Amino acid sequence: MNVLLYLVPMALALGLAGLAAFLWSMRAGQYDDLDGAAVRVLSDDDVGTP
Amino acid sequence: MSETLDLSMFVTRAADGIARMELAVDGVGCTSCIRKIENGLKEIPGIAGARLNFTDRRLAVDWREGELSAGGVIEALERIGYRAHPFRPQQAESDEALHARFLLKCLAVAGFAAMNVMLLSVSVWSGNVSDMTLETRDLFHWLSAAIALPAGAYAGRPFFRSAFQALRAGRTNMDVPISIGVVLALGMSLVETITHSEHAYFDSAIMLLFFLLCGRTLDHAMRRKTRAVAGNLAALKAEVAHRLDDSGEIVTVPAAALKPGDRLLVRPGKRVPADGIIVSGTTELDESLITGETARRTANAGSQVYAGSCSFSGAVTVKVTAAAGGSLIDEVQRLLDSAVLAKSKIVRLADRAAALYAPVVHLTAALTVIGWLIAGASAHDAIVTGIAVLIITCPCALALAIPAVQVVASGALFRSRIIINAGDAIERLANADTVVFDKTGTLTLPEARLDNAAMIPSDLLERAARLALSSHHPLAVAVARHAESRAPYDGVVEEPGRGVRAMIEDTEARLGSSEFCGVAGPSDAANGTSCIVFAHNGRSAVLSVRQTLRPDAKEIVRSLAALGLELHILSGDRSDAVAPVAEELGIRSWYAGLKPVEKITYLTKLKAAGRRVLMVGDGLNDAPALATAHVSLSPISAAEITQAQADAVFLGEPLSPVLDSILIARRARALMMQNLWVAVLYNAIAVPIAIAGGVTPLIAAAAMSGSSVIVTLNALRARRKTVPNETISTEIVRTPAIGHAA
Repeated sequence: MNVLLYLVPMALALGLAGLAAFLWSMRAGQYDDLDGAAVRVLSDDDVGTP
Repeated sequence: MSETLDLSMFVTRAADGIARMELAVDGVGCTSCIRKIENGLKEIPGIAGARLNFTDRRLAVDWREGELSAGGVIEALERIGYRAHPFRPQQAESDEALHARFLLKCLAVAGFAAMNVMLLSVSVWSGNVSDMTLETRDLFHWLSAAIALPAGAYAGRPFFRSAFQALRAGRTNMDVPISIGVVLALGMSLVETITHSEHAYFDSAIMLLFFLLCGRTLDHAMRRKTRAVAGNLAALKAEVAHRLDDSGEIVTVPAAALKPGDRLLVRPGKRVPADGIIVSGTTELDESLITGETARRTANAGSQVYAGSCSFSGAVTVKVTAAAGGSLIDEVQRLLDSAVLAKSKIVRLADRAAALYAPVVHLTAALTVIGWLIAGASAHDAIVTGIAVLIITCPCALALAIPAVQVVASGALFRSRIIINAGDAIERLANADTVVFDKTGTLTLPEARLDNAAMIPSDLLERAARLALSSHHPLAVAVARHAESRAPYDGVVEEPGRGVRAMIEDTEARLGSSEFCGVAGPSDAANGTSCIVFAHNGRSAVLSVRQTLRPDAKEIVRSLAALGLELHILSGDRSDAVAPVAEELGIRSWYAGLKPVEKITYLTKLKAAGRRVLMVGDGLNDAPALATAHVSLSPISAAEITQAQADAVFLGEPLSPVLDSILIARRARALMMQNLWVAVLYNAIAVPIAIAGGVTPLIAAAAMSGSSVIVTLNALRARRKTVPNETISTEIVRTPAIGHAA
């Protein structure tokens, strides 16, 4: 059962990382304009003209 | 006389000279609009930044003060091709945004904890039937406790708070059994862990919180969305007022910025932006939005005028008063207060279910403990079984049963262009059995239409309509709808109160009163029809403008009658204006010339006869009646107070939302009842097992998530009502706004 010694902390760390990422993205305002984000990705404005 | 635009009430300033304003933008429908607006604005010198929120159609603009003014920003947008209206976020809206974040955070924590605890629990479940050592099981239980206890304390706050508030007020709601269930499940599991027992219920408690938070978050998001649309509509409708300064200069200000004592100039064809008294000038007032009366009232110096009435013939100066002193508004307000008080007594289905549910559950748990003690079980075993009953009955499915349907149904209503104000309106709409209509602005269109277009030679009509484009007079606006070419003629002169004239093909054309055109014509007919004359090159035509029915009124009224609803018309207008409408629609029960209090009396009589009334109305005089009725609807063109009283507001010209709302609501109510029965059925199966002491954590988890998923999937069926897939934003464009900023 020694495998638990690193598997359990690893599982928890992964979960916490996901939680932290979600909280960060929410604080950064990524959920304020969901429809806008969906259509902005199609815009080519950020691509430099060749 | 110069005019300046004062928008300072909408602008917020940062320390570094950057000013910021939020605008509700009209006509944003597609992706390219984002680029057009943002890039178009950023090219303008002085603009520091622009960001369009495509979800709620709002634009935040930052600009360097001194280089640009707020009015300049709006002008720039207009040049790009969008009409924008300054917007002041309401306190309620920012509070809700904060609450939405709070719920999301709780949901994220609960989700994280549920996943990880379940990971440990599944190991324990499979370990219990295989070769897991006791030490490992204890370790896993302690790990679960370390995750679940803080997560439960954090993510359970929305429920604990609400339950605490309810208990302090001496009431009980659905959150009380939820909170008790969660706290007991966590507490018992901790005790079981300390005593090295086989079972712990950490996963059940956390999963319960996760499911319920999903429901809460969705419910809240739906409500925020409808509120944002309502806020935008209010901004798009926002009226401007022409305030006279002490020096006699005209300043254009938002109507919301007016104070008592201000003097206003109200031009012909414009709406009166605030209640007041006429200081100078004479005009004819169209007060159909206030009283439902379509005949115009002559008002001169000293007359009281009400916000929302439309000045027809002359320019007047109005002194703003705070609504005071036995006026119509006061009476409406007084009637409203008493009606709102009476309405709060209607108990929501969810609360009724909760009131029935909580005592039964707690009694069952208590009886279980007593029963096991009598049967000779140890105190520990009896209490553990009792708590298991509480956990298994914790109303997960029940708490989701109604909100889940409400969320889906209000989405369906939203697509039918109905915006719900009150959460429980759906339940009340569903059991309405009588519909009472107001006439003016509800069965008829809010603005007048040309009645005899088919009888006028088309070339003459086209010229009249193009000439009418240059006037803001309500009659001219009705005529201008028929213009095929939207280009107005050059050199049009408007003579206030008389008409407009211009040179067309080198001869003078006139549109206006019969004297103005020099043609003998009929004066205004009695039944609410106004006549104007167009004369050009020796030919002339009499155009009659009147209130017309909403385009689909006849079919909708027939369908409503076919649904078994009893129909009435209560109007403040004269009987010779109401009778033809009632006859055309085939509504036999109609009353004309009613005052607000008489409408209420009639509704109270219906209520006493056991009818549940859906009131549909738009006038200020309807506001108390809307509040009195069991449930109420109002078109978006309604007076502001009236809209605030209505349970739901519908957009657009057709009357079909009235029918749709009832159909969707009835379907939703049927699903709510189904869901409640699913929850009852689930309990009927699970509770005996729990009382018998046979609930293992595995059964608890499976039963709980199973019932929640069934209830949620069932709720999704409320979507199924085919409606034209038209977005609400295009509707906003077509909704006639009252008194747009010029």
